[in-house]
Amino acid sequence: MMMRQKPILRVSAKLLIPFILLFALYVQFHGDYGPGGGFQAGVIFAAAFILYALVFGIDSARDVLPGGARRICLALGVLLYAGVGVDGMLLGGNFLNYSILAQDPHEGQHLGILLIELGVGLTVFAAMTTIFFAFASQDMPAGTDPDQETP
Amino acid sequence: MGILDHFNYWMVIVLMMAGLYTVISRGNLIKQVVGLNVFQVSVFVLYISMGKVSGGTAPILGEGITVYSNPLPHVLILTAIVVGVATTALALALVVRIRKAYGSIEEDDILKQENGS
Amino acid sequence: MMAMGAMAALALRNLFAVAMLSGTYSLLAAALYVVLDAVDVAFTEAAVGAGISTVLLLGTLVLTDHHEKPNGRIHLPALLIVLAVGGLLFYGTLDMPAFGDPQAPIHQHVADHYIEESREEVGPPNIVTSVLASYRGYDTLGETTVIFTAAIGVLALIGRVRRIRTRDARSGDDP
Repeated sequence: MMMRQKPILRVSAKLLIPFILLFALYVQFHGDYGPGGGFQAGVIFAAAFILYALVFGIDSARDVLPGGARRICLALGVLLYAGVGVDGMLLGGNFLNYSILAQDPHEGQHLGILLIELGVGLTVFAAMTTIFFAFASQDMPAGTDPDQETP
Repeated sequence: MGILDHFNYWMVIVLMMAGLYTVISRGNLIKQVVGLNVFQVSVFVLYISMGKVSGGTAPILGEGITVYSNPLPHVLILTAIVVGVATTALALALVVRIRKAYGSIEEDDILKQENGS
Repeated sequence: MMAMGAMAALALRNLFAVAMLSGTYSLLAAALYVVLDAVDVAFTEAAVGAGISTVLLLGTLVLTDHHEKPNGRIHLPALLIVLAVGGLLFYGTLDMPAFGDPQAPIHQHVADHYIEESREEVGPPNIVTSVLASYRGYDTLGETTVIFTAAIGVLALIGRVRRIRTRDARSGDDP
């Protein structure tokens, strides 16, 4: 909205955003081996969208990522996490015991960790973008310019 | 073993008390949220300091490394940070609502309006 | 240095400067975590504390006031309480084990088990991930639910904005 006339900012943001998204995915799925995991990946993924919203305006960002999709992601993450736990129960183990998700306990643990990290990442990403959009789409309170406020 | 054994903990206390003082004494709601954040980070530093082992390395298993720092506080604080920012967002949302309802984010102005009307 | 940043952030009255300084404070905290071997935590702090929190603080400032009401005097009861609590905590630290001591009680319980067995029992080399996702899965489920709830709370508080009529032409009414 306000940044239409800033070509440098727009071009560099366009260049950066794919790499930020890629880095977030790397952090998400490489969390087993190095620092990283669902929490960090979700935040970085959200940061990419927030950058997009800041540079290209909040309305076009809302076209890219509609509110319904965000809310579905928000719920889906928690459901995925709890669902993995319940799945373990259905297969005859304890809640959140991943060892029985596959034939080999190690495979099962790996699968379980991957899935719940995905759930965490989805929820964190959706929560952060939802919160940001909620703040950013506020209108200024009618008739109250912050500068003319009583001291 | 010397005077520096507890230096980290002392700095944590200084930060913690700075945050606490801000929360108690300042009337501005945003300032109080920032004070609460400072307090929060000081608690994080306390946990992470306790988890450190001299000569240890980051808790990622590797060849030929025997001493690791304690991973448990790291896990606790990792989740605490993200939850912290979520609750901060909730607090800031409340501030925005209060500003809309009262036209001010100063505690004493709000109290005055409450008592006056 | 971190303490200095915090003090400056708390003493300043211009809230924009306060927001920027609190971001700096988080970044310094992240550097401290790297020094203390907590790379995962440092990663999170840098992304969350220095990034998202600052953006949210600035977003709030746009919607509210930029300046704190001048209030120069020192709040005496608060200062007394703070000094008393600080003194007590200081007294408490004297009983704590020295910084970096491998024999400290915190390292005696389950931590050894995690470090020695997680390769066999769980698999991933990153112990933090194993503990986070597997040993303490319940905790993490709880944390995820807290974040979920916080997002719902923000939506409930400031989500649906009744737009002013003159601006209704603009598309999109969902938050």
